[in-house]
Amino acid sequence: MKHQQEYRDPGLAKLQLQALNQVVSEFDGVMTFMEVCGTHTMAIYQNGIRSLLPDKIRLISGPGCPVCVTPVGYVDHAVALSRRPDTIVATFGDMVRVPGSSSSLLKEQAAGATIKIVYSPLDAVKLAEKHPESDIVFLGVGFETTAPTVAGAVLTAEQIKLENFYVLCSHKTMPGPMSVLAGDPELKVDGYLCPAHVSAIIGANAYQPLVDTYKIPCVVTGFEPLDVLQGVLMLTRQVIAKLAKVETQYRRVVKPEGNRKAQALLNQVFEPCNARWRGIGDIPESGLQLRPEFSHFDAALQLPIEVEDVVEHQGCLCGEILKGKVRPADCRLFRTACTPENPVGACMVSSEGTCAAEYKYGISGQQA
Amino acid sequence: MCLGIPMQVKTIAEEMAVCEIDGVRREASLMMIEDVKVGDYVLIHAGFAIEKIDENEAHLTLKALREALDMGLVAE
Repeated sequence: MKHQQEYRDPGLAKLQLQALNQVVSEFDGVMTFMEVCGTHTMAIYQNGIRSLLPDKIRLISGPGCPVCVTPVGYVDHAVALSRRPDTIVATFGDMVRVPGSSSSLLKEQAAGATIKIVYSPLDAVKLAEKHPESDIVFLGVGFETTAPTVAGAVLTAEQIKLENFYVLCSHKTMPGPMSVLAGDPELKVDGYLCPAHVSAIIGANAYQPLVDTYKIPCVVTGFEPLDVLQGVLMLTRQVIAKLAKVETQYRRVVKPEGNRKAQALLNQVFEPCNARWRGIGDIPESGLQLRPEFSHFDAALQLPIEVEDVVEHQGCLCGEILKGKVRPADCRLFRTACTPENPVGACMVSSEGTCAAEYKYGISGQQA
Repeated sequence: MCLGIPMQVKTIAEEMAVCEIDGVRREASLMMIEDVKVGDYVLIHAGFAIEKIDENEAHLTLKALREALDMGLVAE
């Protein structure tokens, strides 16, 4: 794979860790960095990075798994739609097993609903072309990396004049919750490992307001082990030098201004709206909804349906875990009532969820 | 969910490209990127090329890394 082997070189990783140990030796105390993206969470667990870092550096996981931050009410809405006659729910695979208040899409599928797992939103458009007799509802979940692909699917559906393609939209945007967490007095975060591919779209400059307001170091970091180690080293250097600025480690993909064409696509189809984040609550302007001119694709408007009242699962600490305040092992359901086979909370369902990663790899990674 | 796979563009027809990695080929939309040509490396996410991979920057990052580490070790 292009560049992937080079960015996984164990020899270089060893040297990087020596450099990190040297830099951190002149620092008293512990610095806490948050990786905001679920793909970073997986990379850190998979490569056992926590166990390699000096004791003075603590990594915590944030609200960066789109499936995990999707509120229970959204799952209930998708479940209700899947029960409609002549309806096909098309979704990325992770959403299927997320428990709603009383059911999940997987349970509905077993009961006879048609749920199709797709790799691309364009596959959902193809489904709609192939099944003119059915309503196709695509579950629009994901951050700025994924939202433009859904915008592209909506524009394609518009172009070919599809009348049976809908999106149940719950897209979210990243810098908002990072500001909320940076301003949370209970949570002391000394720096952010900023998401790699969200930043490919929004650009590294998007974190400048966060740095200006909260004086928190931000390093846009890639997903390979050497990327993560270098990102941590860059954050550590900023903390020691008492600096707070935006830096980009992942320069082979991320530009300061981001991908303007993707941004234009996103803005053509979506507009900002308030959004509810599981565990964090409502954050103004942190969601995306279809613009009025595309409202004929909006499943929530066009396919009205009664949705059950939300029942949150008692004892599940997903909310606190998503804020980085507690670790999965602190939850009494973890490994007992809540397992990957029988998940209670979303963090155990998604392969990128902190609980699923910790279950699979152990607390510092690579143990299981 | 934000995983992106680096793939090489093999053929382009209008806004769709066939991209390859390790012998696996897949169609991807080029709706989101500009000035892409056959042979370029792109990052594929959910059936779309979301950005080109800058070969020069990829090498510069590694080079800078090696140099910085060499200097660090000499100083030790």
